[in-house]
Amino acid sequence: MEAVLFFVLAAGALAGALGVVLGRNPVHCALFLLVTMAAVAVFFLMQDADLVAIIQLVVYASAIVVLFLFVITLLGVDEHERLDEPHPFQRYAAIVLGAVLLVQVLVVIGNDWATGARSTVGPLDEDGRSGNVETLARALFTDYIWAFEVTAVLLVIAVVGGVVLARRSGRRLPAEGERP
Amino acid sequence: MTVLAQALDAAVDTPRVDWLAIAPETVLFGAAVAIVLGRALARRRPLVDEASFLTALVGVVAAGVFTFVQWVVVDGDGPYQAIAGMVAVDGFAVFVRTVVLIATFLGLLLSAGYLRREGLEAPEYHALMLCSATGMMLMASANDLIVVFLALEILSIALYVLVAFDRRRVTSQEAGLKYFLLGSFSSAVLLYGIALVYGGTGTTNLTRIARFLAGTTLLEEGVLLTGLVLMLVGLGFKVAAAPFHMWAPDVYQGSPTPVVSFMGGATKAAAFAAILRVYAGAFELYRVDWRPAVWALAVLSLVVGSVAALVQTDVKRMLAYSSVAHAGYVLIGVQVGNEAGTTAALYYVMAYTLMVFGAFAVVTVVGRRGDRRHELADYRGLAGAQPVLAALLTLFLLAQAGVPLTGGFVAKLSVFDAAVDAGQYWLALVGMLAAAVSAFVYLRIVLAMYAPEDDGPAVAARPVRVDLAAAVALAIAAAGVLFLGLLPDVVLDFARDATQLLAAGGRAGA
Repeated sequence: MEAVLFFVLAAGALAGALGVVLGRNPVHCALFLLVTMAAVAVFFLMQDADLVAIIQLVVYASAIVVLFLFVITLLGVDEHERLDEPHPFQRYAAIVLGAVLLVQVLVVIGNDWATGARSTVGPLDEDGRSGNVETLARALFTDYIWAFEVTAVLLVIAVVGGVVLARRSGRRLPAEGERP
Repeated sequence: MTVLAQALDAAVDTPRVDWLAIAPETVLFGAAVAIVLGRALARRRPLVDEASFLTALVGVVAAGVFTFVQWVVVDGDGPYQAIAGMVAVDGFAVFVRTVVLIATFLGLLLSAGYLRREGLEAPEYHALMLCSATGMMLMASANDLIVVFLALEILSIALYVLVAFDRRRVTSQEAGLKYFLLGSFSSAVLLYGIALVYGGTGTTNLTRIARFLAGTTLLEEGVLLTGLVLMLVGLGFKVAAAPFHMWAPDVYQGSPTPVVSFMGGATKAAAFAAILRVYAGAFELYRVDWRPAVWALAVLSLVVGSVAALVQTDVKRMLAYSSVAHAGYVLIGVQVGNEAGTTAALYYVMAYTLMVFGAFAVVTVVGRRGDRRHELADYRGLAGAQPVLAALLTLFLLAQAGVPLTGGFVAKLSVFDAAVDAGQYWLALVGMLAAAVSAFVYLRIVLAMYAPEDDGPAVAARPVRVDLAAAVALAIAAAGVLFLGLLPDVVLDFARDATQLLAAGGRAGA
């Protein structure tokens, strides 16, 4: 069952990724990205990482893809978008870098040259707690409470900064030599 | 069992919150929130501007009082850590906080007249400046890499908006966008480095990292060293160290000048606080590995900063490149990596904050309405029209050049002294040569000011006006630069105590 599910989803994720790269219509590309994100979210779920799965759906599949679609619609892209490439070498560079990344991942999986602190292996809900949502919440409200609270400042800055930059300026810049 | 009963069963031990440890940041942020609320609720504009200015000043002074109380506590009972080891309360944090608060206080005083002159929205400006200062204060005491990252984002994002604040000038918007794009990129690099360090050590807490490295021998250090390099790139961007300085000239030139006078010193102070705490503190055992990287950064910054400043004709760009060189001098202190080096770096940051504030403050008022008279030609004959301003700018520039009797001289001397003591003769030599080259840059501006006016266009057509708040700020900065030069021992002792209390805090831990 699990193997069947894995292969079906893996095929879906790969097909979505290919669709993003090969699609002609930008809106379709963004929607293909959604397929990949959703498939990866189910992978996380299969690994008992329910929180990561939800974050994958909420942040990537919803917020980020919707943002892409927003930008695409705002820029008014029509169906026959000419995909002119101002820098033709970029395509080859992307292929080479993608290959390098693939080799890197394979090498890292095959070797254990990186040593560091001992990592913990096993399901997160081992000690009778109700899964990794609670474990993470506990960490947020105990050890990381200060970091968690401090993000409030970031949100205030985001709101004030957004208003400042988006508001239409009411005052004109007086010309040189003009009396205020 | 219901979910509620389960939740009650597993009560969470939240860590004890030591309010004194976070009082300065809390007060600053509280003042910022009060300003935003007041702006939203109040109707009459002029009153709001004055009220927000006063609120901001009161907030900074109150934060200063709490910082002083922290110093008394730390001096008496020794450094300690608070809130689950995330916040370090030590002399080092107090010193950096003092620098940040001085820069914020002076920056607020200077901005008051500027905002009125340019017709900009004062409350939002003050709130963002206080938020940025909050981030710098958090950075000063951050004892966890996650808090370092968050503090860096807080101080930077507020600065991106401040840089683009004058939306009627295209240069300001362009500078904001450039700073934002490059800054986000560097933040991502820093975060990548933090993730790799976490992978290598299993913790993001600096004290626990130090303890882990002291008790463990890593067979393969690839991940950890890559993380260290990436973090240095991210933080090096913030201090504008070459080769990560590309943003500095455009941002310094485009942004509102009072913003530069604030961020020039304060951002460097905060970012160097993180560099010192992470590298000289937590990764002290890896000195052999990170010192060559910092050495390269220091030499490149010194050379690029002093040489590139020579060919500029815009005064703001000249000072931007010279700030790259100044980052190089502080990096010399960091590179030495011992107590003397850290003390020298701290002293340099304090002196630089005052010097760069003063220089950009004069540039602010000389720039006149529109903030655009920043060519070297605009300074011709300034001494005739504005003898006091010209004398002050001369003082700040000579201090940056490192002329005796100013804070800049003692700062450079202590950095070179620390380098020579540690046997870093080449580094000290490069630093001295760079100082000689950049002295020429500063003299170019000084000579332009004292040149006769007749062969240039009549630049003083529109008189330069200095409002009271800006005059007070300039007087404080000038007095500070002279004080640091004539009686350096007071601040040097403060910096030395701060360093010793950092070292103790790093070892004892909670």
